[in-house]
Amino acid sequence: MFQIVRKQEMAKGTIIRFDINAPKIAKKIKAGQFVILRVNETGERIPLTVADKDEFAGIITIIFQVVGKTTALMRSLNEGDLIKDVVGPLGKPAHTDKIGTVIMVGGGTGVAILHHVVKAYKEAGNYVISIIGARDKEMLILENEMSQISDELVVTTDDGSYGQRGFVTDPLKKYLDERKDIKQVYAIGPIIMMQNIVKLTKKYEIPTMVSLNPIMIDGTGMCGGCRVKIDDTTRFCCVDGPDFDGFKVDFDELLNRNSLYIKEEKDSLLFSIK
Amino acid sequence: MLDQNVKYLKFKTYLNTYCPHCHESFNIEKKEVKQIEFKSMYKGEEIDLILSPYLDVFEVETSVPIKEGDLVDDVMCPRCNKSLIHKEIPCGECGSPVAEVIVSAVSRLIPFFICSKHGCEWHGLSKRDERTIKLKIPRQDMPEQDQTLRVHNWQEVPYGYTTELALLEAGRCLQCKNPMCVEGCPVNVDIPVFIALVAEEKFDEAAKKIKETNVFPAICGRVCPQENQCEEKCIMGHKDKPVAIGRLERFVADYERKMDLVKVPSIIENTGQKVAVVGSGPGGLTIAADMRQLGYSVTVFEALHETGGVLTYGIPEFRLPKSIVQFEIDYLKEMGVRFELNHVIGNILTVDELLEHFDAVYVGVGAGLPMFMGLEGESLGYVFSANEYLTRMNLMKAYLFPEYDTPMPKGHKVVVVGGGNVAMDCARTAARSGCEEVTIVYRRSRHELPARAEEVHHAEEEGIKFKLLNNPVRYLGTDNNKVKAVECIQMKLGETDASGRRRPVPIPDSNFIIECDMAIVAIGNGPNPIIFDSTPDMKLNKWGYIEANKETNETTKAFVYAGGDIVTGSATVIQAMGAGRIAALDMHKKLTALREKPKKKTAAKKKTGK
Repeated sequence: MFQIVRKQEMAKGTIIRFDINAPKIAKKIKAGQFVILRVNETGERIPLTVADKDEFAGIITIIFQVVGKTTALMRSLNEGDLIKDVVGPLGKPAHTDKIGTVIMVGGGTGVAILHHVVKAYKEAGNYVISIIGARDKEMLILENEMSQISDELVVTTDDGSYGQRGFVTDPLKKYLDERKDIKQVYAIGPIIMMQNIVKLTKKYEIPTMVSLNPIMIDGTGMCGGCRVKIDDTTRFCCVDGPDFDGFKVDFDELLNRNSLYIKEEKDSLLFSIK
Repeated sequence: MLDQNVKYLKFKTYLNTYCPHCHESFNIEKKEVKQIEFKSMYKGEEIDLILSPYLDVFEVETSVPIKEGDLVDDVMCPRCNKSLIHKEIPCGECGSPVAEVIVSAVSRLIPFFICSKHGCEWHGLSKRDERTIKLKIPRQDMPEQDQTLRVHNWQEVPYGYTTELALLEAGRCLQCKNPMCVEGCPVNVDIPVFIALVAEEKFDEAAKKIKETNVFPAICGRVCPQENQCEEKCIMGHKDKPVAIGRLERFVADYERKMDLVKVPSIIENTGQKVAVVGSGPGGLTIAADMRQLGYSVTVFEALHETGGVLTYGIPEFRLPKSIVQFEIDYLKEMGVRFELNHVIGNILTVDELLEHFDAVYVGVGAGLPMFMGLEGESLGYVFSANEYLTRMNLMKAYLFPEYDTPMPKGHKVVVVGGGNVAMDCARTAARSGCEEVTIVYRRSRHELPARAEEVHHAEEEGIKFKLLNNPVRYLGTDNNKVKAVECIQMKLGETDASGRRRPVPIPDSNFIIECDMAIVAIGNGPNPIIFDSTPDMKLNKWGYIEANKETNETTKAFVYAGGDIVTGSATVIQAMGAGRIAALDMHKKLTALREKPKKKTAAKKKTGK
């Protein structure tokens, strides 16, 4: 059993932050890696990337958007409550070597995961330009935290209610046009966003890493549910990823596979309301 | 002294006994008394001779004192009063006259003899006749759930032997002097001895006898492929069908558990040494039990949220009830084995870190990554690996969705690719979850099906269709990218390949379509890289599995052992158990040597440390 030691609601309660007491995981987890948790006996296993950790306090931080039954159930939990299972660290850590100037792009809740990776890039001595985007001002998260660890930070909102109006690709394009020293782009967020970023960076031939979020069950390489096509070969996101070379990812397939259980997700939510 | 062979024939095989003259049956069954009574004369007075209906216990009941070694004058049928003494045949033990009765053994009448000398224990059949009786008893089938009913529930298919059936089946064992069955067993269970104990109705002792070498008979009795192991070697199998060793094993294990006779063995003095086991599947549980019994402190690390490995996530409830797996694990817990769930070794702790806290490590993580054929459309929606399908259904209980949160779309027409036990498990699980049509596609013929014969038989009974000598070539999808059909090609068998099986060759232009809305790929697993990625000094073989010494199961890293699917590739539960046993023997030897020479220990540790 793993205790929630702190809970924070963000974006009008649609995005939740949990600090969970998991000392063994906190000691080992690196940026880009994820955990799988199961709330209770009848719960499903869901993968969540870790947004931050405190090795000394034995705490890992997860930030998630309320989208389905399990996340709704998690929102109803409070400080002091217990989560039945947390397993991790899973996946390979992000490559955070010193390479120079990097652009880190995050959209929606992807910013939460980006935070942990940016921190690692910054610690490795890179010059970090971060671009974070959200639907509107209220959905924007972690702006302060990101500005503290980034050398430059650009904020965009789809409706222009805060920061620049438009998508994250707009400032990204501007940077790519203006600066010739960009060594790498790292993107995490909705699949469509990552797909558009890759389309853009391909033109500029800037290596781009993306962090994928397919459907997973065990997260240890056993079920193959998280298979993604990378360069036309089947890879398992949970053991080979979650970070992949964005130019090689088949995003359309990922989009299809991730939309398989929309109906079941609805049924499950309806059942729990009843 | 009794002839050993005869002794076991007497075997509590309940046989009807008749008078050779009037053909009246001697068997009397009162409420509690079961016996056969004869009238007999001793020094002119009438005395009673009593024989049990199992023809093994023989008593004289009389008010007249009869001395040991004295002969009774006559033995008569209590009904027709005619003498039963046989003129020609003497006692096989002492040469005294014998009385003859007739026993009916499976629609054949065979003479049975009782020695007239008091104290001589010879009463039996001639060796040849005993053999004939045994050969005449057919292999006993297990009663099982009706095939039309069982596809609508998840309960276990066979009910197991009743006591009567177990006794009959045990009576078939010839008690060979050089038992081949023991050689056929990967953990060398002393099969004839345990069967003899069953025949003597000492079921509890029989279970203890098996447990000397096999810790989990309830599991092995259910999932071992006996027809390729012990039962394949059984001599009875040459003339008739082999003794149903697996079913008897299951019977005694179930008897012991149901009668609450399982006792946690007393653990001998603690050695002070610690063993880490990675993976709580059959191999891990075996070595955990063995090492704990030898007095080591044992901790088992499991990646999932439940213990049991493939026994829990893979083998379905109707083939191996989860309560049995849990019972065995609780037994280990009572023995003092510790279990750490949610620990993915390689990530949360590396093997090197384990070696800092433990004296030896056993890696029994199983084969992980599911294999795919690399066909077009394999990543369409509702094309599952067998692992994913079974994990969702068994471990996550998706068949109880939405009560349990993990979903599993309901297929109407399901195609399962592969011919092993896992393919059978998937197909039969699909049938139970309400799929209307389940088809197994396998590239070789029926003869080569790697699944247990019993599983194939059960699958057929449950209405699973077999498309043999066919291989999928691609999956076709609907507009919203869900599978709608599998295109297959017909195969024929060609030359024999390295595995000794005939290689299937596609027949050109024989493609055809099977419509489906779910496809399950059950063609095996490859090695999971998590543990080796963090343990670079553990050598792998050319197939990417861990290289381990065949005699000891030690890897190229000192004090690290490995066994089961992670060494051999996909195999069976009992082979994994056998590997755990082999490793336990050597690990004990090595750790004992360390204890006795404590100085060497630090040296070895330094070598294995980071």
